[in-house]
Amino acid sequence: MNAPNETLISAAPAQAAPALEVRDLAKAYGETRVVDGLSFAIPRGTCFGLLGPNGAGKTTTLRMCLGLVEPGSGSINLLGHPVPLDARTARVRVGVVPQQDNIDPDFTVEENLLVYARYFGMTSKQARERVPYLLDFANLETKRDARIQTLSGGMKRRLTLARALVNDPDLVFLDEPTTGLDPQARHLIWERLRRLMAAGKTLLLTTHFMDEAERLCDQLAIIDHGRKIAEGSPRELVAAHIEPEVVEVYGDGAGAWMQGLGERAHQLASRIEQSGETVFCYTREPALVLEDLGHHRDLRYMRRPANLEDVFIKFTGRELRD
Amino acid sequence: MHYDFSFPAFSPRFIPVWRRNFLVWKKLAGSSILGNIADPMISLMAFGYGLGSLLPSVDGVPYIQFLAAGTVCMSTMNAATFEALYSAFSRMHVQRTWDGIMNAPVALEDVVLGELTWAASKSFLSGLAIMIVVWIMGLAGGPRSVLVLGVVVLIGLAFSAIGLVVNALARAYDTFTYYFTLVVTPMAFVSGVFFPVTQLPWWLHAISQALPLSHAVALARPLMFGQWPEQPLLHVAVLLFYTVVAAYIAIVLTRRRLLS
Repeated sequence: MNAPNETLISAAPAQAAPALEVRDLAKAYGETRVVDGLSFAIPRGTCFGLLGPNGAGKTTTLRMCLGLVEPGSGSINLLGHPVPLDARTARVRVGVVPQQDNIDPDFTVEENLLVYARYFGMTSKQARERVPYLLDFANLETKRDARIQTLSGGMKRRLTLARALVNDPDLVFLDEPTTGLDPQARHLIWERLRRLMAAGKTLLLTTHFMDEAERLCDQLAIIDHGRKIAEGSPRELVAAHIEPEVVEVYGDGAGAWMQGLGERAHQLASRIEQSGETVFCYTREPALVLEDLGHHRDLRYMRRPANLEDVFIKFTGRELRD
Repeated sequence: MHYDFSFPAFSPRFIPVWRRNFLVWKKLAGSSILGNIADPMISLMAFGYGLGSLLPSVDGVPYIQFLAAGTVCMSTMNAATFEALYSAFSRMHVQRTWDGIMNAPVALEDVVLGELTWAASKSFLSGLAIMIVVWIMGLAGGPRSVLVLGVVVLIGLAFSAIGLVVNALARAYDTFTYYFTLVVTPMAFVSGVFFPVTQLPWWLHAISQALPLSHAVALARPLMFGQWPEQPLLHVAVLLFYTVVAAYIAIVLTRRRLLS
């Protein structure tokens, strides 16, 4: 019998294959190209971030990866299954935290988990055995029988996360998981997501919070107008695209100060940009800027290391996106 | 807009969708059943005895007995329609429950089939409740009157499917008011619920022959009196035709609405 042999052969590449692989994905609505030739791959056990301003194509990309929207062109492989062809099978091992909470308001916290488990074909017994773990994970043990209307925004979000884990998924899609939450609630979600990564889960996260991406993502892609503009680890992206130090000058007079620099601006910093009432000085040598600011006692300023937000702004611009 | 006409790939996963609705209903079952039968019973009594006392027999039976079959059919239609419009719309559009379900390995056609069978199940309870009262009042007789329950199933399926088409097109709850006042209520008047279709002018009679409720009433009324309908297969086929075609249209339209 060669059955054991076959198992060995098929097991190895399955482990090595990415959890999600997207190639040349495109989708247009009429003349508008929402996703325009996007490719990326997420190795198993890592967290991948899709960053982009509103309308960049993040949610459409996620919906195509789940098999909910037919791609215009390109290929998607989700946990070894071609999507959308075999999406229903692929979703058995996937969890989803959607952007908009859609917890079932007709049920209690526990009932939500039990009912959702059935959509995965789990028996009532299997579902009931899993509930205590999920309630503990979401810090909702005391809310087991609570009606959804009585939960805070943070609790609803945690319940949505718990619901996404009901099937013990290999890959979890998180579409802006902390939008609208207060700092305490965000930190709790982040802590739980790190726990999932420690347990070997793969995460796909969309966000426009740069601190969130910086904390959680191993790799990320910045996308705008449906195209990938940059990809790498948060550290690599900052190192590759931005001067290491930033001096922000803000408040009344910041703009006048920048105008007053004239030709000297190029000597003080490699790039100086104004956005609203704030002037950003990107530099390798902040001492020069700081010395000049020392002569302007009325100006308020802050020196900080460059971060992912600077990269994001550099690539996607400062104009408002609605 | 893009339409996906591919054949629905149903799976047994429509059952958890049905069960979800059943669980919610179970919590409020008492008031739900009462509400379902109180209204049709009141109109059956009022029209049947009140108006009936002024009328000679209709089609050879007392008016209330004539009206009983129509009332069963009409209230089954109303119950299925209401569930497939207002309740399904809440779940689809307002609560976004369908979106949540479709993130699990449940396809859109499973959700629509789950809602269709649920609305039909709920309307079956309405039809059954009224039939029980009708039997107790002695307005239906003979073992064949049990077959009216089969007609109730067909009515529930057909009007749930048609309701889900309207649901897929609705922008807001207002749409449903139009559907009830312009389609459902007029249909009851020309389908032989309140008076024999032979009383209609010829052109209205012709239209009536194309409507699913006429075929339901044509099946239910003789069965209620323990007789065989004249063309049972035709009537059953028409109701099934409405179910299948409307379900397919509902799936195509709901795909366009939710999956693009």
